[in-house]
Amino acid sequence: MKNENVIEVENLTKAFGAFKAVNAISFEVKKGEIFGFLGANGAGKTTAIKMLIGISHPTSGKAKVVDFDVYTQPEAIKRNIGYMSQRFALYDDLTVQENINFFGGIYGLSRKAIRQKSKDSLVELGMHEISSKLVGSLPLGWKQKLSFSVALLHEPKIVFLDEPTGGVDPITRRQFWEMIYKAADQGTTIFVTTHYMDEAEYCDRVSIMVEGKIEALDTPKNLKQQFKVASMNEVFLKLARNIE
Amino acid sequence: MKRFIGFIRKEFYHIFRDRRSLFILFGMPIAQILLFGFAITNEINNVNIAILDHSKDTSTLEIINKISNSKYFSIKQIISREAEIESVFQKGKIKAVLNFEKDFGRNLIKKKSAQIQIITDATDPNTANSITNYINAILQNYLQEKNKSIQLDYQIIPQTRMVYNQELKSVFLFVPGVMTIILMLVSAMMTSISITREKELGTMEILLVSPLKPFQVIIGKVVPYIFLSIINAAVIVLLSIFIFKMPVEGSLILLGAESVLFIITSLALGILISTISDTQQSAMMISLMGLMLPVILLSGFIFPISSMPAPLQVISNIIPAKWFIIIIKGIMLKGVGLAFVWKETLILIGMTVFFIAVSVKKYKIRLD
Repeated sequence: MKNENVIEVENLTKAFGAFKAVNAISFEVKKGEIFGFLGANGAGKTTAIKMLIGISHPTSGKAKVVDFDVYTQPEAIKRNIGYMSQRFALYDDLTVQENINFFGGIYGLSRKAIRQKSKDSLVELGMHEISSKLVGSLPLGWKQKLSFSVALLHEPKIVFLDEPTGGVDPITRRQFWEMIYKAADQGTTIFVTTHYMDEAEYCDRVSIMVEGKIEALDTPKNLKQQFKVASMNEVFLKLARNIE
Repeated sequence: MKRFIGFIRKEFYHIFRDRRSLFILFGMPIAQILLFGFAITNEINNVNIAILDHSKDTSTLEIINKISNSKYFSIKQIISREAEIESVFQKGKIKAVLNFEKDFGRNLIKKKSAQIQIITDATDPNTANSITNYINAILQNYLQEKNKSIQLDYQIIPQTRMVYNQELKSVFLFVPGVMTIILMLVSAMMTSISITREKELGTMEILLVSPLKPFQVIIGKVVPYIFLSIINAAVIVLLSIFIFKMPVEGSLILLGAESVLFIITSLALGILISTISDTQQSAMMISLMGLMLPVILLSGFIFPISSMPAPLQVISNIIPAKWFIIIIKGIMLKGVGLAFVWKETLILIGMTVFFIAVSVKKYKIRLD
């Protein structure tokens, strides 16, 4: 079961004119895996994710997400994935419950299913008492956690998290990663980008993108051995420096 | 369909929870129509004038009586010398002086022509213009009465403006313009702002990653504004009928249908604007500068198109509002049917199709 690939990417390329934002990247992600997708700003992470979630067309190469082809079946991909972007993305002027109802609704969940699911996840988040509060009045950390629950609402096979913990305090980050682990344990594949190298250590495997290419891909432990350093931070710096 | 209803419900939450958009949606139409109806007006009432009568005969007396009996003027001062005119104006109360030539009455009968000088205070050119027109109209009226009894065969040609504005209600002319502005503002500006808001917040990305198709997202954002715009159009028409007693000569159904068409044209424009702007602010600026100003200046709402320089007349053709104003003026004031406005209607439909086609193309490019 653990060896089943849910993402298969081969020589995926996205070019804007002569500039290759993503340059022939190849990798696989296994079911239930927490896959860290690292890279400096402008390395091409977001462009790569956009191709995988079906909102940007690749220039060349192959990619399959949950067994669906990114060229021909973007709609099927969208139904089977969850997505949380680096910018917080719930509606501030809607209440917690209204946000859940809305996002559950656009994924086609029945009203009954939404009620049940939202009750469960609100209890889990400890937010059931404030479900009628406007999201805009919540602290950022709560919003992020709520946003993650909303992304999981329709039980997607893969969740794409684009810098989910930006600007959040260490305790909330810790709680957030507990949620990620829990989702992964239940079989959801997690595809996460981050700037925090300590978070990279939490991942099962990480890839590091530099200037459009994947320069390293392995478990954090193996990468540290390979580069003969003590932390992922140093791995990252070494890679970035070599390129320069 | 259920997804769609949820989407529209969400859109209404946004609108009703934002005081600013509520004000633009409902406060502004009412405020504008009342402002244009009561405050901003070309009509004149009880304007103070002075008389300088060198003749003092029956004719001048009759004319002066006629003027002072009208509700438009009140004669505040009788002066006797040209030299006084200047000082009268300088005090500021008197807006016009009527100067009858010597032997006015005798000239009128013998030479069939007499002269009267209308001197107006043109520091306010619009009022001065109106005063001149009103006095001309009164003189004309006097001559017509005279012509019935005594055969006098000369005429003063009245200004066409008086013919249009026969009921002396400028609000009738403003209603179509205000309605156009409001519909344009609500439909184009509000939709472009609400779409770019989703872009700014990052929720647009989430919506595009969801199973909703892009066109469903756009239609979901637009439908609430169609409803609200229709309500607005109805409120404006009702206000003008019941408060300003404006007659709607033509068919209300045609008026409604044409309004819906113009609403859709404006929405298409709003969508187009949202595809070329990434922030609410730029959407607002483009709407205001690119839509509101041309609508106010070039649509014929305030400044007649026929008196514009030729290049501007040509440019005015590409402004949808111009055609809509022609249509609703025709329906409301002249009572014409579709047979008379089908050309303008076709032009609006053509523009709508064009805007939608361009937005779809732009939208696709953005996704690539």
